[in-house]
Amino acid sequence: MKEKSLHKRILADRLFKGMVVVLSFVSVTPMFLILFFIIRNGISVIDWSFLVSLPKPMGESGGGISNALVGSVILMVIASLISLPLGILAGIYLSEYRKARFAYFSRLSLEILQGIPSIVIGIIAYVWIVVPMGSFSALSGGVALGMMMLPVIVMSTEETLKLIPDPLKEASLALGVPYPRTILKVILPAGLSGIVTGVLLGIARIAGETAPLLFTAFGSPFMGLNIFKPVNSLPLLVFNYATSPYPEWHTLAWGASFVLIVFILSLNIIAKLVTRRWKVQF
Amino acid sequence: MHVDAGKITVLSAKGAAGGYAKHIYQSRSFLTESAFRRILYLSGISVLLLLSAIFLSLFIASGPAIKQQGLAFLIGRVWDPVAGRFGALPFLVGTLLTSFLALAIAIIFSLAISIFLGEYFRSGIASSFVKSVVELLAGVPSVIYGFWGLFLLVPGVRFVEQQFGVLPYGVGILSAALILSVMIIPYAASLGREVIGLVPSDLKEAAYSLGATRFEVVRKVVLPYARSGILAGVLLSLGRALGETMAVTMVIGNSNALPRSIFAPANTMASIIANEFTEATGKVYLASLVEIALVLFVVTAIINIAGKIIIIRMSVER
Repeated sequence: MKEKSLHKRILADRLFKGMVVVLSFVSVTPMFLILFFIIRNGISVIDWSFLVSLPKPMGESGGGISNALVGSVILMVIASLISLPLGILAGIYLSEYRKARFAYFSRLSLEILQGIPSIVIGIIAYVWIVVPMGSFSALSGGVALGMMMLPVIVMSTEETLKLIPDPLKEASLALGVPYPRTILKVILPAGLSGIVTGVLLGIARIAGETAPLLFTAFGSPFMGLNIFKPVNSLPLLVFNYATSPYPEWHTLAWGASFVLIVFILSLNIIAKLVTRRWKVQF
Repeated sequence: MHVDAGKITVLSAKGAAGGYAKHIYQSRSFLTESAFRRILYLSGISVLLLLSAIFLSLFIASGPAIKQQGLAFLIGRVWDPVAGRFGALPFLVGTLLTSFLALAIAIIFSLAISIFLGEYFRSGIASSFVKSVVELLAGVPSVIYGFWGLFLLVPGVRFVEQQFGVLPYGVGILSAALILSVMIIPYAASLGREVIGLVPSDLKEAAYSLGATRFEVVRKVVLPYARSGILAGVLLSLGRALGETMAVTMVIGNSNALPRSIFAPANTMASIIANEFTEATGKVYLASLVEIALVLFVVTAIINIAGKIIIIRMSVER
């Protein structure tokens, strides 16, 4: 090491530590600024009627986000129905056939799938569903979100099932339980907490997605339960109101952001509690 | 490869007591082992099929644009749908400028967080505070980042632009890069923290015993050791920055001209799709937007594979 006075080296050490601490705390400030903005601007509009009424046309005061809440739920249900069965089965495949040639490629495709920009997923859902069916629909939005949720489900299922020791499976097989039953009734329940965490994180990931819905679910000012018609969703509503020129709509957007962020942060926290409390232990 | 239980049952069913065995087997199991394994196998390769189908669909849907313009698409400077001219260069430049600017900012901060969590404060209140806030930042939806940026960041940037004497748009490449950097810091930091935490303590202790200060240990032992992991984290966050749509669309100013400075409004590949896809009339117009998506898909796929390879190689070395 180069000759330097001890004093200077200690000074450099102190400076470096100070810099690391300051930069770290600077980079967490945006979270507090975001929360501060949302709470300051959003909390005043949140009341019961905000949650249960429909948006009003421009010029009338009040109005709510009920259709966006219902739409978001519809989209999440469709996405889960698509991605859960397939994702859990694919996760079982990856953990059961760890060394298989296809498993390697499936895993690689999952990584790529997870990295695809959400807007590209939106285009795919448009090409696959909106174009053949001839209109924007909740179904196409749900499919887009399902594709985004799939990698999360597969990876968490695989990770959890890998932790379950082989003797459990061997014991079940030795007792004469057929292989499908062993997997579905012994292995899967043992890894339930990890799968539940994956589902929660998957929903948290898609709950705030806007880009894939722009040309699939599209948004609508009306209440709709028909999955073949366009529906609104919370993030879409935030986007449309936030980019509008009207201050009243901005306030509504802050309120909707508040609801959205509370939902997503609580999903994240619940997922963490599930992993901590109800861990796969052997 | 498979032990086919279905066949075994059929064989035993041919024996004397076979009928009984077959009966029990069928009543107890709702599907045979071979069928179950086939279902698993199909679900496993369905992911592969899905990815190939995505690529093929994008390729086919962008066919008219590729046929008409070929590679000139990527170097054309003018995007004018009315005149039927589709050159994606402005968006390519916009994407690269915002992403790399964001990356430059994010690297400094995420490295600081990684060292903070992986070296200085490995446990305790400060550590869990920073760690949970960074995790929460990763969960904030893109559209909320954009909304917040529109109301805090854009006026701030406009103020700075007035001081510099450039046209005070507020929206533009700089605002987009700042928002993006906040969004990708958690991704780069989480991988960085992990690899820095994995540096063997005997290496560090050896350096300490030679009289190195902590700063010197971090600079000459920890960072070189964790280099490839940090690089992988940076690559993965670059992949995210390239494809990030909503926040960027809201603060970049949506101009289709080739950006002249980092203060100018522009468009990225993702934001042009978000802005114009629903309005695109005409086959070539729509196909051109899909072609941009195809480019985005291929680039992010390559970046993700590269990041993955670095991570795999790293774990093999150890």
